[in-house]
Amino acid sequence: MPTVLAALVSGLIFGFGLAISGMTQPTRVLGFLDVLGIPSGTWDPTLAFVMIGALAVAAPGYLLTQRRERPLFAEVAAWPTKVEIDRPLIAGAVLFGLGWGLVGLCPGPAIANLGTLSSRVVAFVVAMAIGMLALDFWRRSRTRAYPAE
Amino acid sequence: MAPFDLVSALVGGALIGLAAVLLMLLNGRIAGVSGILGEALTGDDRGWRVAFLIGLVAAPLLLGAAGRPPPMPWMPSSFAIVIAAGLLVGFGTRLGGGCTSGHGVCGIARLSPRSIAATLVFTATAIVVVAVMRHGFGG
Repeated sequence: MPTVLAALVSGLIFGFGLAISGMTQPTRVLGFLDVLGIPSGTWDPTLAFVMIGALAVAAPGYLLTQRRERPLFAEVAAWPTKVEIDRPLIAGAVLFGLGWGLVGLCPGPAIANLGTLSSRVVAFVVAMAIGMLALDFWRRSRTRAYPAE
Repeated sequence: MAPFDLVSALVGGALIGLAAVLLMLLNGRIAGVSGILGEALTGDDRGWRVAFLIGLVAAPLLLGAAGRPPPMPWMPSSFAIVIAAGLLVGFGTRLGGGCTSGHGVCGIARLSPRSIAATLVFTATAIVVVAVMRHGFGG
């Protein structure tokens, strides 16, 4: 139960951060990605400063957290262990970038916008969930076909 | 749209960073939204993941109830584009092991070379897509 409450609080704070920073508005994100707008003065730098604000807290916060033996409510801290820059990482980033550039929504803001009940936001999130399930299905069928991999 | 506001960008960003630190400090988990949603759909140990997603949805609604609703999100008129983008984002983030939060914030915060590479690639790709969509080929 503590882990569920902790996650709820973390999700709330994350959502407040997205909404306050303007990142739930896709046109802000697209305005940042539109670097051709730099010379004409229409470029929106918001996303860069959201990243700076997030990293200014997360980087020292993680360093302090790493000194602790274990999390407060869990047995182990699940720090990512992969280090190799492999093909799935790059291919996945390219596909994600294609979708992100088309609409200006990434997973966090897409979900945070569900409360607007906008039919297009709901369609995006349902499609995103289907894409995730499709990847899971594809991976599972590959593992069955090539169990040694 | 409201003009660029440095303070709300930095404060909002700091809250996102705080949420990431809290989730690691308390639960030992990375605050990557694509991973949390993906595992909530397909994995086990769903409870905390669903709670995080509920918090994410509730936050803008609470701001609205407090009289500061975020603006309605602009979306393309074409459902085909919306659905294609959603499929790409869902498949791509799970294949690449993260999105703007998991790689962009959490990964870069711990200077992970994988996350720095992924963030550079998805941002560069999205920049090209926006350039083509808004300005046509070759600007």
